[in-house]
Amino acid sequence: MKLITAIIKPHRLENVKEALNAIGINGMTVSEASGHGRQRGHVEVYRGAEYRIDLVPKIRIEVIVDDQEAEQTLGAIVTAARTEKIGDGKVWMINLETVVRVRTGERGTDAI
Amino acid sequence: MDSINGADTAWVMTASALVLLMTPGLALFYGGMVRSKNVLNMIMMSFSAMGVITVVWVLVGFSLAFGEDSGGGFIGNLSHMGLTDAINQPVGPEGHQIPLLAFVMFQLTFAIVTTALLSGAIADRVKFSSWIVFMVAWSLLVYVPLAHWAFAFQGGTGGWISDRLGALDFAGGTAVEINSGASALALVLVVGKRIGFRHDSMRPHNLPLVLLGAGLLWFGWLGFNAGSALSASGLAATALINTQIATACGALTWIAFEKIRDGHPTTLGAASGAIAGAVAITPACGFVTPLGALVIGLVAGAVCAWAVSQKFRLGYDDSLDVVGVHGIGGLVGMLGIGLFAALIANSSGANGLFFGGGASLLGKQVIASLATAFYAFAVTWIIAKIIMKTIGFRANPDDEIAGLDTTIHAESAYDFAGVAGGGSVGGGHHPLRDLIARSREEDQ
Repeated sequence: MKLITAIIKPHRLENVKEALNAIGINGMTVSEASGHGRQRGHVEVYRGAEYRIDLVPKIRIEVIVDDQEAEQTLGAIVTAARTEKIGDGKVWMINLETVVRVRTGERGTDAI
Repeated sequence: MDSINGADTAWVMTASALVLLMTPGLALFYGGMVRSKNVLNMIMMSFSAMGVITVVWVLVGFSLAFGEDSGGGFIGNLSHMGLTDAINQPVGPEGHQIPLLAFVMFQLTFAIVTTALLSGAIADRVKFSSWIVFMVAWSLLVYVPLAHWAFAFQGGTGGWISDRLGALDFAGGTAVEINSGASALALVLVVGKRIGFRHDSMRPHNLPLVLLGAGLLWFGWLGFNAGSALSASGLAATALINTQIATACGALTWIAFEKIRDGHPTTLGAASGAIAGAVAITPACGFVTPLGALVIGLVAGAVCAWAVSQKFRLGYDDSLDVVGVHGIGGLVGMLGIGLFAALIANSSGANGLFFGGGASLLGKQVIASLATAFYAFAVTWIIAKIIMKTIGFRANPDDEIAGLDTTIHAESAYDFAGVAGGGSVGGGHHPLRDLIARSREEDQ
């Protein structure tokens, strides 16, 4: 099993959700995040005074999938989140030891 | 009171309500510009002015500002203390008399908003108790004399600026605008910079609030300026349209200036430019033609947009730019009268330099402006120093860093706290608790 975490632009959330639904991914966790990568945020100007806003609002999506679905899911997220402009975000994937469904106590791929 | 003019009275009382609304408008305008940890304190500094100045005004303030001149045009007398003798008394020229108490109320709203203006200069860093003490001292020692100089017409023996020198100031370019700008400069020099000035991000936390406040100020300003005609007349209409024109033009040139210099026209710039235009036309609105108002508004927007950026160069923390907007804007208006005043706009005014009146009016405007600025700066500096040395002016540094809303007022403006931010004592509304309750209902 894999945990896929994606940091994306907030306005791409709907596209990513549609793309995941289209390939049969039913569960996800979405949270608000802030941060920056190489873009180092942006500059805002108030009455001529410049402020560098280096923590930019982002959306974090977490999805748990079994190993066979992993590459397809990763690809779907990247394609749906991409605008080809700076600040599109990052997606990463790590191995998961186990998953438990709270309601039933099922473990492993049955719990996804 | 048989000689009371009903239309004039109705207009002045209505205008009083309009001007009073400027102070809560200012509270929102300023409140949105500070950081979210200080917004309630910022609003309270304005709101408390409505309380403190009202009491000061009723007891002695009005009398000292508008009572019979005590000699030299410097200050009034104590004849109207407590206002008992003002009941059922008329004031004003024959045919345009209004109840003296209507005039008392109208002028009170000026005293309130002028005092509240100063709070923007020292945002985020002063003790609330010291601010209360400061307001009492400042309104009596600075505002009251300057209001007498500019507004007390007593047949040539009243305030020295308007009634003796003959400088023109329709609604308070000196006593309100240059006064608040010069006093703000003295205050920030004594009180000092916010902790983290030029280092921490101090960007406005709520621009819609700023725009709402600016809108209320614009609305109230129509009463401020047109009400200063003290009559429901053609002159009031001239002041009304001139105020609209200059406010609109100030907003336009400020954002044009920003677009050229910074690349973006901002909402904060539009709000600030509107205020700058309104400030500049305040002394001039009853003395210039609509085209004169247009030029004054356009100039004020650009000049003030430039002026507010100078504080970083000069190194003083006038937090919300009272000096750059009100001091400089007021000066633009006072000097603008010397150039654009026209007898066709007001037959009891004068012609300025561009209307064949020569340079003498401009000279008087310069004298009035400089005298006001000098007096306001000097006396405010002394008051602030005394407060600094005795009861202290600055908030505790820990409180300043934590924010004055929780430390001084024991309140938070916005309950957006997550798991870690909410308090558990005393119950009350809390987003996370609401979420938990809703989720429990769904399960049942």
